[in-house]
Amino acid sequence: MKLDSQTVERVSLLARLQLSADELKSMTEQMGHILEYVRQLDELDTSGVEPMAHAIDMCNVFAEDVHTPGLSREEALANAPNHDEECFRVPAVLG
Amino acid sequence: MSVIEKSAVDLKKLLEQGELSSVQLVSACLDQIAEHDTKIHAFLKVNSNEALQHAEAIDARRQQGKPLGLLAGIPVAVKDLVCTKGYATTCGSRMLENFIPPYDATVIRRLKEADAIIIGKTNMDEFAMGSSNENSAFGPTRNPWNTAAIPGGSSGGSAACVAASMSPLSIGSDTGGSIRQPAALTGVTGMKPTYGRVSRYGLIAFASSLDQIGPMARSTADVALMLQVLAGHDAHDSTSANVPVPDYLANLERPLKGLRIGWVREHYGEGLDAEVEKSARESIEVYKSLGATIEEVSLSHSKYGVATYYIIAPSEASSNLARYDGVHYGYRTNEKEMLKRLADEARGHDPATIDNALVRMYRQSRAEGFGPEVKRRIMLGTYALSAGYYEAYYLKALKVRRLIREDYDRALEKVDLILGPTTPTAAFPIGECAEDPLSMYLADIYTVTTNLAGLPGISIPCGLTSAGMPIGLHLQAGPFEEEKLLRAAQMFQSATEWHKARPESL
Amino acid sequence: MSDQPYEIIIGLEVHTQLKTETKMFCRCSTRFGDPPNTNVCPVCLSMPGALPVMNRLAFELAVETALSLNCEIPEFTKWDRKSYYYPDLPKGYQISQFDLPLSQNGWLEISDPDGQWETKRVGITRAHLEEDAGKSMHDEVAGKADSRIDLNRTGTPLLEIVSEPDMRSPQEARAYLTELKLILTYLGVSDCNMQEGSLRVDANINLHLPKDGEKVATPIVEIKNMNSFRAVERALEYEAKRQHQAWRENGKLLGEAPKETRGWDDQKQVTKAQRSKEESSDYRYFPDPDLVPVVVSREEVKEIRSRFKELPAEIRTRLQTQHGISAYDADVIVNQGRAVVDYFERLSELSGDGKRASNWVQQDVLRTLNERNLDIADFPVAIETLADLLKKIDAGEIDNSRAREVFGTMLDSGDDLASTMQKMGIEKVDQSDLSSLCQQLLDANPKIVENVKEGKTQAVGALIGQAKNINPNVNPGQVRNLLLELIAAM
Repeated sequence: MKLDSQTVERVSLLARLQLSADELKSMTEQMGHILEYVRQLDELDTSGVEPMAHAIDMCNVFAEDVHTPGLSREEALANAPNHDEECFRVPAVLG
Repeated sequence: MSVIEKSAVDLKKLLEQGELSSVQLVSACLDQIAEHDTKIHAFLKVNSNEALQHAEAIDARRQQGKPLGLLAGIPVAVKDLVCTKGYATTCGSRMLENFIPPYDATVIRRLKEADAIIIGKTNMDEFAMGSSNENSAFGPTRNPWNTAAIPGGSSGGSAACVAASMSPLSIGSDTGGSIRQPAALTGVTGMKPTYGRVSRYGLIAFASSLDQIGPMARSTADVALMLQVLAGHDAHDSTSANVPVPDYLANLERPLKGLRIGWVREHYGEGLDAEVEKSARESIEVYKSLGATIEEVSLSHSKYGVATYYIIAPSEASSNLARYDGVHYGYRTNEKEMLKRLADEARGHDPATIDNALVRMYRQSRAEGFGPEVKRRIMLGTYALSAGYYEAYYLKALKVRRLIREDYDRALEKVDLILGPTTPTAAFPIGECAEDPLSMYLADIYTVTTNLAGLPGISIPCGLTSAGMPIGLHLQAGPFEEEKLLRAAQMFQSATEWHKARPESL
Repeated sequence: MSDQPYEIIIGLEVHTQLKTETKMFCRCSTRFGDPPNTNVCPVCLSMPGALPVMNRLAFELAVETALSLNCEIPEFTKWDRKSYYYPDLPKGYQISQFDLPLSQNGWLEISDPDGQWETKRVGITRAHLEEDAGKSMHDEVAGKADSRIDLNRTGTPLLEIVSEPDMRSPQEARAYLTELKLILTYLGVSDCNMQEGSLRVDANINLHLPKDGEKVATPIVEIKNMNSFRAVERALEYEAKRQHQAWRENGKLLGEAPKETRGWDDQKQVTKAQRSKEESSDYRYFPDPDLVPVVVSREEVKEIRSRFKELPAEIRTRLQTQHGISAYDADVIVNQGRAVVDYFERLSELSGDGKRASNWVQQDVLRTLNERNLDIADFPVAIETLADLLKKIDAGEIDNSRAREVFGTMLDSGDDLASTMQKMGIEKVDQSDLSSLCQQLLDANPKIVENVKEGKTQAVGALIGQAKNINPNVNPGQVRNLLLELIAAM
């Protein structure tokens, strides 16, 4: 399974990264190398092995449904690159 | 010994006995930073004024006989991925260059409650992705032992500032070795606690199921002292363990009787530097002389650790870093120029082939805000999770992760702890791995499996190469056995002087 | 419906906000209508470093709802991240449940009170929890085409209830939604307000058609943007016809065209193709490492089940057996909600006549509530008072239409029954007064007497009217009986 630049281009849209033609080329190469390396896992028979998504076995961690104060609107918006008095602003979400 | 070289435990005594003021201590550290950090670049931000003011306040409270916390008046440097309310927290990235968190991380709250002085924020590989600190968007940190060499990473700044006596204590974070590897390469002691031991709330995530905050210092006792402050359950972190925190200092000096140490067969192979191997083997002799028994154990899947790690960590990272889109905080591309360029592109093209303004805003902001290594890992992770590849990569890696953990479980039934080199080589020259990301990944070969298994590990100095560069010894134990690790490390440091070695140039 | 040359296949996805004080993964308020970005914190703003902690109540409400939809509750459930970029989704992923939802394999029974189709079970594929997104508002001030983002709603707990494609008409779809909403309302787990967005419906629809002796299916279309159950019904009606037309034109079958998303335009009453989101099918689900799984013990399931409130279907049956009312009447009352059911039951008990209570609740009480836009809790006539009035009707002390007048007066005055009746001059007419009144009328109208004797009993009606004119308190039924008795004796 050789990684092609079309796939990398598609992934870059999924990942919301703009890659120049040069970057696309080197990214394809480097990712290809790394993927080749990680495919060594294929040597292992993992049938019947339970996937391990968490480092420790824990379950049922809940918080009670009790309100605690959050941030003021000023604090909430303070780091936004573009905002008005009330809201975050972005280029139109439609079109 | 000058005040900046003293251990935190000694400084604590001096402060308590009134032989030293916190202002004196903080000033001495600030002087050291001023003198050497232009060269080392361990800090991204030094809180000189705030630190001195805080020190003054602590001194005043001490004079008034008011109760003080465990780290009262002692400086702590904090890796710049731990959120500090009102102070920029950049994660070593252009993306967050101007980000000022509106809240404190739980560990910051704990440090403040312990009356520690936060002296500054330390340099790091961007988003903790890297093993050399060369991936910092703000320029690399240099190794105090040899400024042409890397200090390790990603907590390179936290390691270097302690090694260079700029701060007695620092906080790092460890996702695949990011505390232990730079500790080893700069001759300091650094611990990655059990996953869940220290709250991750306010730690800017790289790979959530692997990340863990931990202490770095110049001695095991200092690491124990700081772990005491950091460890404990936090209701704001669902993965924080509700397990009692022992008194790490109470029995620290008591040697472990009948200590059984596992020597990992698979660690001594291709890629291991001869001098590093020699130091590791000599360390075994030290433990033998202290009455420990040595047994060979096998971590047969450890050779798959790096491959497993470089699927799981980027996968989680690709998702954790999706929030940096230039909307709610962080870097946004110049919108006007972007829209103009987009209009130019659209001329004479099928509009369906051109991003809409919003998509382009995301793509360009992220392309400009992230550095190459971060982009690489986001791409890898996105790929590994995408339709058609999920099972072959991500799911496969989760299964191998289980096998790696089971290796540890089996080994730790036979022995109390597992010993080996922290890194395959001592610090390498800056720029050496720049062209080959994979070769850099292999620097984590001995440390990644600890994170995958969620276990605690500590790196302590155990030698110097012929070139005079530090070598680290890696100890790992079962879940929540930090106390055991600390006592074993303390045994070694009682019998050796390696941890006392300091770079000559400083 | 039988004249359709096709069968309509409908499945529904309902998102309902659960009624918690605080959000799914942080403790910010879920209140609707607050000024933008005032119910936010580092967690729901997805600030770097912030971490989610699950709301216990949201989980319990979800399990309770799932159980009342006859779902199985697996012992193990977990959280997954669903990745997509949108400015009202600040993490770049939504915390949801993918392969191990908290419930599955349930069903909901729907029936048509008009009996046009038979009672049937609609399968519930699954019901799972997820977090809501914020709101994007388009802003075109001074030629700038920006969107404004409000994150107050971000992180509100949502229960997504996915049905099997078991519905065969827009009417069935509407019945499913009505019954589902009723259940959610009876449980009190959601406000179910479509205007405020606490209940949202997406529909999947395609057609099965006969072709060359085989059954073929048209491509599935998902319809969005429907903001009432009526709109859902209309949109499905429109879409079925449109798909049939499209099939006749292009002949495209399921699998030959990608799944399409269309939006309902309520003004134009048409569905419109929506720009398909790029890579919409690649959400890159994976287990959320920030959240731990939930193990639901069988004891907990039992405990939650034991808290169960009575569900609409059970109440319908009970009202029929316990209060002797028809299935139709029980349906009308139950569909009004728990408070009306309680009102009816109390009225039935106090008055001792279920049917009469049912009639009065449906006609007089509900009409008044509608006219005056009142909640039943604020109904101006005390339930005991109304029961007394009904008892008087039963005892023949007052007739229905007089009773309505009394009721109407009490609605406005708020006075009690006795004083209202007194003020209106209503008193029981003495038997001897009634006899002499009737005799007097018969004497004055020999023609009517003659007609009745010839068998035209209805002729007596004219005299009842006269009697009421003379004394409004007379009971028409009594007058009629007495007149006929007297004529028979003549």
